[in-house]
Amino acid sequence: MHKEYERPPGVKISQADINELHPTGLEYNAPARGMWNIVHQGMLIPEAHQIFVCAQGCLRGVILTAAEMLELDRLSWVSVSEEDMFDGSLETDIVDGVTDILNRLGKRPPVVLLFLSCVHLFAGVDYENILRELSGSFPDITFIDCYMTPTMRTTVTPIVKMSAQMYRPLNVTKKDPKAINIIGCDRPTDPDSELVRIIKGSGHTLRDISECNTYGEFQRMAEASLNIGYIPTCGLALEELEEKHGTPSLYLPMSFDYDTISENYSRLCGELGIDTPDFSEDIAAAEKALDDARSEVGDIAVAVDFTAVTRPLELMKLLSEHGFNVKYAVVDSVGEEAAAFEWLRDNRPDIELYSSTNVNMLYQHIRATEPVLAIGQKAAYYFATDHFVNIIMNGGLYGFSGITKLCGMIAEAYREPTDKRRLISHKGFGCASCLTN
Amino acid sequence: MKNANVIIPCYAADTSGVCSALYELGGMTVVHDASGCNSTYSTHDEPRWYDIDSMIFISALTEIDAIMGNDEKLISDAVSAAADLHPEFIAICGSPMPMMTGVDFDAIAEEVEQRTGIRTFGLHTNGTRSYIEGASEAFLAVTREYVRECPKREGIGVNIIGATPLDLPWNTTIGSIKKWLTDCGFEYVSCLAMDGTLDEIKQAASAKVNLVVSYAGMAAAKHMLDEFGINYVCGIPFGEGFGRQLAENIREAAAAEAGCVSPYGVSFDEPDCTADTVIIGESISAKSLAQAIKLDMGIAASVICPLPTDDMLLSDKDLCLYAEEDIRAALERIKPKQVIADPLYRYIIPNESRHIELPHFAFSGRCFQKDMKDLINKDIKELFE
Repeated sequence: MHKEYERPPGVKISQADINELHPTGLEYNAPARGMWNIVHQGMLIPEAHQIFVCAQGCLRGVILTAAEMLELDRLSWVSVSEEDMFDGSLETDIVDGVTDILNRLGKRPPVVLLFLSCVHLFAGVDYENILRELSGSFPDITFIDCYMTPTMRTTVTPIVKMSAQMYRPLNVTKKDPKAINIIGCDRPTDPDSELVRIIKGSGHTLRDISECNTYGEFQRMAEASLNIGYIPTCGLALEELEEKHGTPSLYLPMSFDYDTISENYSRLCGELGIDTPDFSEDIAAAEKALDDARSEVGDIAVAVDFTAVTRPLELMKLLSEHGFNVKYAVVDSVGEEAAAFEWLRDNRPDIELYSSTNVNMLYQHIRATEPVLAIGQKAAYYFATDHFVNIIMNGGLYGFSGITKLCGMIAEAYREPTDKRRLISHKGFGCASCLTN
Repeated sequence: MKNANVIIPCYAADTSGVCSALYELGGMTVVHDASGCNSTYSTHDEPRWYDIDSMIFISALTEIDAIMGNDEKLISDAVSAAADLHPEFIAICGSPMPMMTGVDFDAIAEEVEQRTGIRTFGLHTNGTRSYIEGASEAFLAVTREYVRECPKREGIGVNIIGATPLDLPWNTTIGSIKKWLTDCGFEYVSCLAMDGTLDEIKQAASAKVNLVVSYAGMAAAKHMLDEFGINYVCGIPFGEGFGRQLAENIREAAAAEAGCVSPYGVSFDEPDCTADTVIIGESISAKSLAQAIKLDMGIAASVICPLPTDDMLLSDKDLCLYAEEDIRAALERIKPKQVIADPLYRYIIPNESRHIELPHFAFSGRCFQKDMKDLINKDIKELFE
């Protein structure tokens, strides 16, 4: 497969190395823009103002992210020039620039997310002192250190770090034993999911940053007696909230494996001190949805990508077990899915795994000629199909009901082609956009 | 005070200028960067990304490679990609982190060229400058590498120099300029580089005049004047009157001895003291528009240029201002009746001034792409409707 390339863009799963699916190298950027970045994340904090301090090239992307999502008035910037890096003024420039911006803002925000960049970390700026000076000048504003540091791609990624920093403004307060948070998600969890039904059905108040409309509502997340996370990037946030607020946390990973889902619910119910409900009806509904979708889509090749769901290999296993012709995946690493990887390797050895960034993916959309049903924007682009499920990061779906709903979306995608170009061009899935509004 | 902006965007950066300039020429451009440069460029600074495949990549720089100075990874990755993709040339440029670590792009380019046998050049971007500077260096590099002496064409051959979709609406502009050239009796030779090809550019020395359509093309035009004696004329044929004037300037430049035209081919008229219109934008584009509305509508306009340019392109009444607060203060002082500028300048234009929106891709990216206007040889009054 792809023997013509020195560094092939894809590999059969039977020949893939679980620790390094694809060779590293130069990287291509596919025109699928649904994934969120740190600006989208920061905008989830109600009334927050973001200030970026970095080079023009780095500023450009974050400013236009805000512009496209019609939130330009919530983001300001200070540019860093070449001279700034060598004349000893890096830190004073930050303080002076931020002070100038805050003095010119029409309204004083309750919280400022101050983003520094790779060059600041590399130069060893004293971030603590910067925040101390700014806090002294603006005691009514909470300053949060944030990081636009893509160079840190192999340690703590900017998304993981931002997922934790977003909750830093929460002040320690008295706990409400009936309050629970979902942490680290960029959209509300489906209210029909068993997860939300269990929490609300047991008389708890459920909060999620994506559903907070005011800074005051956001602050009430500090009252939680339990924090729940289910996407892989939430781990650091859960740890830090536990450390600062003493709030216990549960990581209940979004999964397409029935046993894992059931175990998640058992752990949750144990923590809440309630009996675990019987999910046989929910499982039956998921099974029926899988069978119905399979009947409808027939043998069309299915491609899944890692931006659509956080456990793409588990989804591929589930679909394979139910007769879908799963042929392709766009995944860069195995992550938490070793078991699913091994099952697919043993049972579906011909599945092809593709890199999302390999330079030889540049022409993949031309090579792909077979009709494909895609789950995810990158899979839709690379396999050149208008029949695709347009979701990012699970789309708020969870558990058995999530499987049921996803099957409905798969069948709908098979029935109705979409305007792929328009949909995947929209930056930040679910956000407002000047391109489509 | 630092360049601190409360609300308006910054312009596209030098790395995007390089990528945009080289996009259609069949080369491979590598930005030595962790991640952001390519996603920013391909999302916000490149309208061709979905429609035309181009070998624009990042090096995926990591913290350990930056700290350890692991240039070999960049070199071997570029060599490997070239072996798979067979580019016409390779361009390697930098972002802020390589500037901090002092990466020698010329040395890396030489190493890559030795290993691949493919012409490779280093470009000296660092992500802190504007797209004009990046595109300018890229255009100059292409001109030096590929334009060679060749017999002049019989008629008045014209190259279009400095065209990128960052300044000129993609899909329409070059076609409109080509038609205008033909209608005026000139012969199109090449375009550097939007809608252009490397084969055309190799014949650029057969032209008699270079038409410089953005300041990003100025360095390449000067090089071709020095090397091949090709006079250059600055301007974009906006409107009808200025189109006629520009055509006459090209004829004069074609007939003149090399270097014997006025410094920039066309001297834009001085705006009169009663100018009540301000145009904000790239210098050649803004000055061309000012001339167009003066000739077609009798409206005098001055220019605020927030990008690198040459003082000789501007008049005493024009201003070079870069920071939001400086531009805001100037507009409040001038109190113009109307301001022609990108829609995202709306936040700093005085309430009493009419804002005539003219989207500029290098400023607002995709936000107003559907509203971009091709004013080439058109009735300029359309802009005011």
